[in-house]
Amino acid sequence: MKHRLPSTVSEPAPVRWTLIGIALAFVIITLVLPLALVLSQALAGGVREFWGALAEPDAQAALRLTLTAAAIAVPANLVFGVCAAWSIAKFEFKGKQLLLTLIDLPFAVSPVISGLIYVLLFGLQGWFGPWLAAHDIKIIFAVPGIVLATVFVTFPFIARELIPVMQEQGTDEEEAAATLGAGGWQTFVRVTLPNIKWALLYGVVLCNARAMGEFGAVSVVSGHIRGMTNTLPLHVEILYNEYNAVAAFSVASLLMLLAIVTLVLKTWIEGRAHRQVGAPVMETVR
Amino acid sequence: MSILIDNVSKHFVGFRALSHVSLEIPTGGLVALLGPSGCGKTTLLRIVAGLDRQDSGRILFDGDDMSRIHTRDRRVGFVFQHYALFRHMTVFDNVAFGLTVRPRRLRPGADEINAKVCELLTLVQLEGLAQRYPSQLSGGQRQRVALARALAVNPKVLLLDEPFGALDARVRKELRRWLRQLHDELHVTSIFVTHDQDEALEVADTVVVMNAGRIEQIGSPVEVCEAPATPFVREFLGEVSLPRAEAATLVRLPAKTPSPEVFGRAAP
Amino acid sequence: MTQSLTGAPPLLSRAYFTRDAWRGRFRRDSVLPGFGLTLGFTVCYLSLIVLLPLSATVIKSTHFGVEAFWAAVSLPRVLAAYRVSFLCALVAALLNLVFGLLLAWVLTRYEFIGRRLVDALIDLPFALPTAVAGIALTALYAPKGWLGQTLTTWGIKVAFTPLGIVVALAFIGLPFVVRTVQPVLEGLDAGFEEAAATLGATRWQTFTRVILPTLLPALLTGFALAFARGLGEYGSVIFIAGNMPMKSEIVPLLIITKLEQYDYVGATAIAVAMLVISFVLLLVINLLQAWTRRAEQRR
Repeated sequence: MKHRLPSTVSEPAPVRWTLIGIALAFVIITLVLPLALVLSQALAGGVREFWGALAEPDAQAALRLTLTAAAIAVPANLVFGVCAAWSIAKFEFKGKQLLLTLIDLPFAVSPVISGLIYVLLFGLQGWFGPWLAAHDIKIIFAVPGIVLATVFVTFPFIARELIPVMQEQGTDEEEAAATLGAGGWQTFVRVTLPNIKWALLYGVVLCNARAMGEFGAVSVVSGHIRGMTNTLPLHVEILYNEYNAVAAFSVASLLMLLAIVTLVLKTWIEGRAHRQVGAPVMETVR
Repeated sequence: MSILIDNVSKHFVGFRALSHVSLEIPTGGLVALLGPSGCGKTTLLRIVAGLDRQDSGRILFDGDDMSRIHTRDRRVGFVFQHYALFRHMTVFDNVAFGLTVRPRRLRPGADEINAKVCELLTLVQLEGLAQRYPSQLSGGQRQRVALARALAVNPKVLLLDEPFGALDARVRKELRRWLRQLHDELHVTSIFVTHDQDEALEVADTVVVMNAGRIEQIGSPVEVCEAPATPFVREFLGEVSLPRAEAATLVRLPAKTPSPEVFGRAAP
Repeated sequence: MTQSLTGAPPLLSRAYFTRDAWRGRFRRDSVLPGFGLTLGFTVCYLSLIVLLPLSATVIKSTHFGVEAFWAAVSLPRVLAAYRVSFLCALVAALLNLVFGLLLAWVLTRYEFIGRRLVDALIDLPFALPTAVAGIALTALYAPKGWLGQTLTTWGIKVAFTPLGIVVALAFIGLPFVVRTVQPVLEGLDAGFEEAAATLGATRWQTFTRVILPTLLPALLTGFALAFARGLGEYGSVIFIAGNMPMKSEIVPLLIITKLEQYDYVGATAIAVAMLVISFVLLLVINLLQAWTRRAEQRR
């Protein structure tokens, strides 16, 4: 257990306080001010205008679409994450490293390009474009395209949280369960799942935050049709471009609330996971 | 239940772990697989359990070929080197696990499970600790929970992988004697793996000395010490003297012998 | 026929093609269930969602022919956009390097009121939707904004200039450096610094000659991550950038503009070029992280 640097050796107090001061100032300017500004602009027209902006039909539709996209993307990537983590962490096979790199690909792709690749696949000029048009199926500029783009950009989140944790925990407990007569599903539900629950929750929280907040990718596939193919972030953009600042910030404050809830949950989960004996550290950022 | 290991070989990428190993273990025997690290003893144990699969050869339990039988159907009790206790379950739930995963029609009722777990915990002298979590137990206590858990499913054979390797010397000595006594009570065919000569000679009826994937000698503790069959055995068992029956404090088992219903066989 | 060292059946013998032979060589046998099912699903899902669309894009770009590709990618406007994206991402990442290190240091080493709050806030750029960040930063730095006002009196224009892009990218990239450096700092043994002090080093010397080299792999990794993120960032940038072609237009915006003009060739070409750069960066980051991990283990 390493010990703290004694103050006899550490920087003198004035230096320390200067550094703390600069750091705090930086944090306030960079992080706190924007939050404060969103709130103040949202309420600039009074509470009634604030609620009005949120209750507006287009805003409501945008909210519904955002929730729908998240409600599909998160569970889908959850199932994927669990499957990928199980096969990667509990077994030895060739090509594992390649698989890991491929899973990380969406992180490396710019959001706009994440949307573009689906346009090139399902748009009118895309590979499946003519076939889709012939069968009157709309993917691009419609909800399915938005869902797909959301799934893509949030693809690795849950897998990346689960894989290191499951690797760290090894296979001993699952093997013990096998010798005791447990079947595959029983082993997973009763032995593995409780051990990974915090990492799972953590991944879901991050995945959800990104799914609801995604802008670039959705912007490309959306078509920006008010009331139909706009998610909350897109709706914010529209309002802002129409110089309707109060409405834009009001809707934005909803998204900001999401961010704050995400941060709170994240911190709480980190606290619980560390208190749980033998829980490895989770990585937020690669 | 007798075990026959018939000409078993196993390789991993780049090296041969087991080479044509044959071994017969009579019902109720207590056998030690003794050898240095890497000699293949743990691999052999895991193959008997069904956790790893042999490349060639057969494993027979009472004459039945187990090669195609999955580990969960082999009725083996396996005690892992690092216990592999389910960290999020209490001691009680750990021991009861094997009973609760049985298919519905074979599963005992809650009362029965309760009784059995309590009986086992008493047997391993951990009565008051049923609601503790593994992280709250000492190494020796965890090892006994692992043993109780393995015994709960009425195993036909008990397999222990370096059971006392992670414990300090004093606890090891105590648990060794305790294991011997337990075996004398229960008469479950048992195989344990160790690299510690003292342990093997003190506890086992039969010692199997292994080296580099092959069996060097099979014999009683007296035989391998006084009549080593190969230079390796002579060197490996070198300066060891046979443990004498010591009058030191023995870890006692409770006076009540386990009932047949609990262990599914007539008590001795 | 002799057995090879690994015990695999001889090449092309009848035994070579049995299922058991393949099983042994592709993966280690295990008693745990579900390998085929989970790996199968993983690969299918991965192919459908990620590999198929990406390959479609790359293949489509080859249809134009190399000449058309180069022509599309080397237009002055496109090159200018690359320049803007690169330089702004670079400057922002450097800013994050300095301030990220400072923040990580202060958070790990000092106790002060609100430390935990600040620690939690660091992840805000990660959690906040980019569009919200975009409009908030724009309003903040616009000439009439809270900060814009002061800056204008000093003669500095931030909003609607490349400087605005830098500010937005610095916001976005902040957590990367902090979160990569923090664990390394936390794991540092005080013994090294104490030894340096007993040997007569000043605090600054200890920092630059003992601590900084230890942090180097993590710093570089964080820098590369922030840079890579900044290159592709869209939502937080387009509001505050001037979006003027040749001056403050970033590559993602250019791609969207081309799409809106139905210039699929141009859009795809630029996108593929960006993809190549992103993947090279991903590779570099992987190597940096492996380096960081090895450095950690040696300690």
